[in-house]
Amino acid sequence: MKKEEIPQDLGALGKITGEIVYAVDESGKYTTSLSNGWEVKSSALDVAWKDVEQRIAAAREKVIRREASPVLFFMELRVMDIPIVAAYTGFWKWQVKRHLKFPVFEKLSSAKLAKYAALFEVSVEELKTMQVHEG
Amino acid sequence: MKVDFQHSQAAHCENGVTTSLLRHHGVNQITEPLAFGIGSGLFYIYIPFMKINNGPAIAFRTQPGLIFNRTCKALDIPVERKKFRSKEEAEKILLECLAAGRPVGCQVGVYYLTYFPKEYRFHFNAHNIIVYGKEDDNFLISDPVMEMATSLSSYELERVRFAKGAFAPRGQLYYPKEKREVTNEQMKKAIRSGIKRNISLMLRIPGPIAGISGIRFTAKKIRSWRDKLGPQKAGSYLAQLVRMQEEIGTGGGGFRFIYGAFLQEAYAYHPLQELIDISKQFTNSGDIWRSAAVQAAGIYKGRIGSQADFDVMSDYLYAAADLEKQAFLALSKIKWPT
Repeated sequence: MKKEEIPQDLGALGKITGEIVYAVDESGKYTTSLSNGWEVKSSALDVAWKDVEQRIAAAREKVIRREASPVLFFMELRVMDIPIVAAYTGFWKWQVKRHLKFPVFEKLSSAKLAKYAALFEVSVEELKTMQVHEG
Repeated sequence: MKVDFQHSQAAHCENGVTTSLLRHHGVNQITEPLAFGIGSGLFYIYIPFMKINNGPAIAFRTQPGLIFNRTCKALDIPVERKKFRSKEEAEKILLECLAAGRPVGCQVGVYYLTYFPKEYRFHFNAHNIIVYGKEDDNFLISDPVMEMATSLSSYELERVRFAKGAFAPRGQLYYPKEKREVTNEQMKKAIRSGIKRNISLMLRIPGPIAGISGIRFTAKKIRSWRDKLGPQKAGSYLAQLVRMQEEIGTGGGGFRFIYGAFLQEAYAYHPLQELIDISKQFTNSGDIWRSAAVQAAGIYKGRIGSQADFDVMSDYLYAAADLEKQAFLALSKIKWPT
């Protein structure tokens, strides 16, 4: 890449900091310059977040139909998966998998619910009702 | 409490931490490209049975921690690396280091990294930062991808040091144990062995998923993604490839350019014309990776998406694989003066 080809398409990171990029100057020698972002990159990131949003919406529907527990919804909302939820809560992976079932979730002790609520940074009430208001 | 420390920005976090910590410890010759090249940082792996964020697991870098370890070892600088069970112990040792005037490298997760933009905060645990002081409740942070030094409260730092999931850092900290000057003779030797190790990592690593064969393996897979996954998921997979390739902390196209810069800097120690010529081949390969990313963007943005478009994407990767194979073969033929 030549120095003058370094993209400057302002992205999410570019608003906070420029990124160092290595490129060659007119004489073919490598130098560094700052880039504000690249449209190709930021649209890849958009795709990733769109996928996340779709999974959140699908999870919400499933919980409403009682095919899954709110743990699934919040797991998707916090971009986690079962191993991550297990690692943070201290539950085993098979336990988390069970807790994803609506009937099992309904019978969870308040101590267990509190663990999930703390991880997902919501109150136990919000955890049960999937009502979260945040920007 | 503040260590006299100079923040500097880098293209890649572990290169940056390695460079800054070594400079602080008296290795004045070190630069980001030299750290990357001596640490044999150029790599490629596609792990077919693993998923990251529901997409393919692809890495353009060596395993986290290796660049620092290898570079220090090649320059004969002893390294201390510690993991912790207890958060209290992790903070205590960190404070002791700072009190002793030591800046410290820390492996952290980015999900709870408050100064990162929200869009970047996935559960990715192999980010590297330097802690160089504490004022009131705030730790002073030098994050190599940021232009300026920044800070985290002690709670925020503890949270990212004890992030969970794949590559969980477990409070990991590391630093060179002593100040040492490095001779140019040592630099020469380190550069040569870094190049040789990178040749075998890319050309001779066994199995089909890593090194040059890993790139070809991915190229082959891409041809089948459209039929196998459907257009939408195939697009998401390509977006993931581009993110792994071009984003901060990874950088595939970018890594090729850093390697090109490394070979140019290596020329100052080993005046061999081949190094300059082969540097150009890595520049070409980096450009091909970037063209591949543009092609992928066309697909995941829905502008194009026929099988022929996926085939073009795949051909870019084959081309990059061929070019890098030639470049490493050329490197392996260099006759190093003894």
